[in-house]
Formats: sequence, structure tokens, C-alpha cells
Amino acid sequence: MKLRTISASEVESKLVEAIGHITFNPDPDILPALQHAYVQETSPLTKDVLNSIITNVDLAGRNSVPLCQDTGSLVVFAEAGNELIIDGEPLESIINHALEICTEKYYLRASIVTDPLFNRDNSGNNSPAIVHIRIVEGNGLRIRIAQKGGGAENMSRLKMFNPGASPADITEFVVESVQLAGAKACPPLIIGVGIGGNFEQCALLAKEALFTPLTETHPNELYANLEKEILKAVNETMIGAQGMGGSITALKVSIKEAPCHIASLPVAVNIQCHSHRHITIDI
Amino acid sequence: MMMQIHRIELPLKPSDKALLRVGDKVLLSGEIFTARDAAHARLERLMITAQPLPFDLSETSLFYCGPSPKPEGKVCGAIGPTTSTRMDRYTPLLIDHGLRVMIGKGERSSTVKQSILSHHAVYMVCVGGVSALMAQSIVSCETYAWGELGAEAIYRLVVKDLPAYIAII
Repeated sequence: MKLRTISASEVESKLVEAIGHITFNPDPDILPALQHAYVQETSPLTKDVLNSIITNVDLAGRNSVPLCQDTGSLVVFAEAGNELIIDGEPLESIINHALEICTEKYYLRASIVTDPLFNRDNSGNNSPAIVHIRIVEGNGLRIRIAQKGGGAENMSRLKMFNPGASPADITEFVVESVQLAGAKACPPLIIGVGIGGNFEQCALLAKEALFTPLTETHPNELYANLEKEILKAVNETMIGAQGMGGSITALKVSIKEAPCHIASLPVAVNIQCHSHRHITIDI
Repeated sequence: MMMQIHRIELPLKPSDKALLRVGDKVLLSGEIFTARDAAHARLERLMITAQPLPFDLSETSLFYCGPSPKPEGKVCGAIGPTTSTRMDRYTPLLIDHGLRVMIGKGERSSTVKQSILSHHAVYMVCVGGVSALMAQSIVSCETYAWGELGAEAIYRLVVKDLPAYIAII
């Protein structure tokens, strides 16, 4: 075994840089998708809204103003190699320290309360991040991070279907979720769908699906077709950008699936607003 | 199909309100106060216990918004609407106490819609997630009340040509 050692401070500084980047810049695939939507739509109201969103992307990047005032929860998926040593600090606390630094450095909104129900006191520094760590083969460290706004996250849903459910039933559930979300989730949306696993894994699959590049389709043709069918059905709702009506309610549907119990067919829908802020760093 | 655009001074005058139709665009100038979940809960408590409010609701335009902190030397941080439905449980009481102008994002409940219509109030929506664009319309942004609530405090904004759309009138 050939161990590799990296320092906690190196990981921290890469994280700080990456979080800064997504505070001011969305996923690079978003802009062409929005421009395409602008061309497609015919209503002056919807075009006006899309134009605002497109202009905002340019202004945020140029003026270093956060894309959205909701700078979100920080969601982190880390894959650490089994031959990697991070010297100095556990990965989860490196992430939280980086987040605390970013909150001050980039003037992120403090959006996390320490107790969800009884005492909703703000943590003041956006920590803790929501962290998922996996140990994989090798000596690398891949960290995928997202700033996830509360409005779209609130509109996400999970349903434990029976195994007899059809692809059409799943499509219907996603469409229903999008309709319930309406303008509240800030369409045009990106929709992550998790299918299979169990209750908590299914939600994770839906979240991970949101990291799929907008230009990429599912490698399995059956799921790729389902992605296409769901997107078509979602766009037939005519909710449109910000609920102003129009043929583009979502820019992309991505599915991630996993093995599941013989009795189960869990389906999770994680809704992402147009302020699609995520990045992958390899260290 | 044309989109009507109106330049509106706040507080909203009845003569200006009479011109507005659903789907029109407005460019708002004047004074706006922010309030989101925690501030609404406090306002509700004050109204139920008949205590004075931090402002005269009938002169107030309320913006469902929690700004991000203001960087040194800048006029404001990132500003934009939050989801209005979360305020629905408080809104009819605020309207009963004089509130007539609300600015937010997304649909309202049928109860709120009724309350808005029967009190001749107006609900406007802004585009969500366009903070850098909205920042260009902010003249000033200061904490006005309950600063301990952070982003959930009430901020007093002075705006110039802040874009919004008429959703319920």
C-alpha cells in the first residue's frame, strides 16, 4: 500500500476557493440552458423573467455579489481514498472550518439554526455543513459541494411506492411534486430523482443526481428514456420560469438508482432552483 | 401581447394602484421593510397582545426577504424574495391591521388571496435568485428592528426602480 499524505490546510484552502466560486457563479451548463429557454418562450412576461435570471448570472460573477441571497446549506459529498491520510484534522471539521471562513470572507447569509424546533437560534456561521463521506479505493480526495437554497429544498418529496408501480406512476409523482412546488421553488428547475435503495438512501440518490452535468443523460437507456419522459411531462405543466407560464419549467431531470428490498420501490424528488450552485474538486 | 410597465412610488397611492393589473411589471421606488418567518411571528405576537408595532402597517410595503450581510463599502448584500406561502398563516392578521402592499415569491393560499382582494391590497412577486440584479435597485439597506434575528430581522430598504410583477390585485 502506498500512502499519500495531504495537509488539512491544503484541503481547507481548496474548499474556501471552491465555495467562493459557487457563491458567485452557477453551474457552467446553466447559462446556455437558460438562453435556450429564452429563445423558446414566447410570452413577454416569461422572457422578461428569464432575461433577469440571465443578466443576474453575468452581474453576480462580475461584481462578486451572491447569485441568490439564500446562500444555502452547504452539502458535501466526499470520496476519500483508502490510501490517503489527511494530516491535522478530521475531514468533517475541515469542511466546517472552511464554511465558517467563507461565511465571513464572502458575506454569506447565516442561514442555519442549531435546533430545528424548539430554539431556532442561528449558528451565525452556516455550520454545520451536511457531509457525506465515502471511503473508496486509491489515494485521491474528490469533494463535490453544493450550496442548496431552502426554497427549492422545501418542495422536495419522497414516496415509498409498492414494487408494482410503473414508470408512469413515478412520472406522475414527479409532476405532482413540481405542481405543488409551483413558483415557490424558483423554476426553471433541475430535478434530481432517486429510485430504489431504502428511505434514506433514496433521498441521497436524488441529491446526488443533481450533480449530473446538464448535458449528460443516464447511461442506461431505460432510465435515460424515463428522464426524457419526466422532463416532457413536467414541461407540459406550463408553469414556466418563476411560475409566469411557459413551456420550460425544468431544464433537466436526472435519475440515480440503486438496488432495493423486494418489498420496496422508494422514489425521492429533490428539487433544485435555477441558482444551481455546485462544483467538484479533486485534491 | 404587451407587458405594461409602471413606475411606482411607495407608499402606494390609490390613484397608482388603480392602474395596476395582474401581469403588469412595476418598477418600485421608495421605502420597503423586509420581514420573513421570525419577524412575522413577532409581529403576530405584538398584534395579538395589542402592543405597538415597529411601523404603521398601512404605510408599509412588506418584502419577504432575508438579505445577506453587507460587505464593507457596499450599499447592500444580496437581496431577493423568499417563498411567500410561509407567511400565509400571518398575512390575514397583518392585512386586518392595515397592511396593503406585499412583495414576495410564488403563490398565496386561497385565504390570503381572499383577504388581499377584499381589503383592496396588492401582492407583487419578484424574480427569485437574482440578487446581483436586484442589488442595482437598492439605494440603502439598514437594520430597522430586531437586529438579533440576523437575516430574519426587519431591514429598511430604500429602493429605486426595483422590478416586480403584479400577482394579486
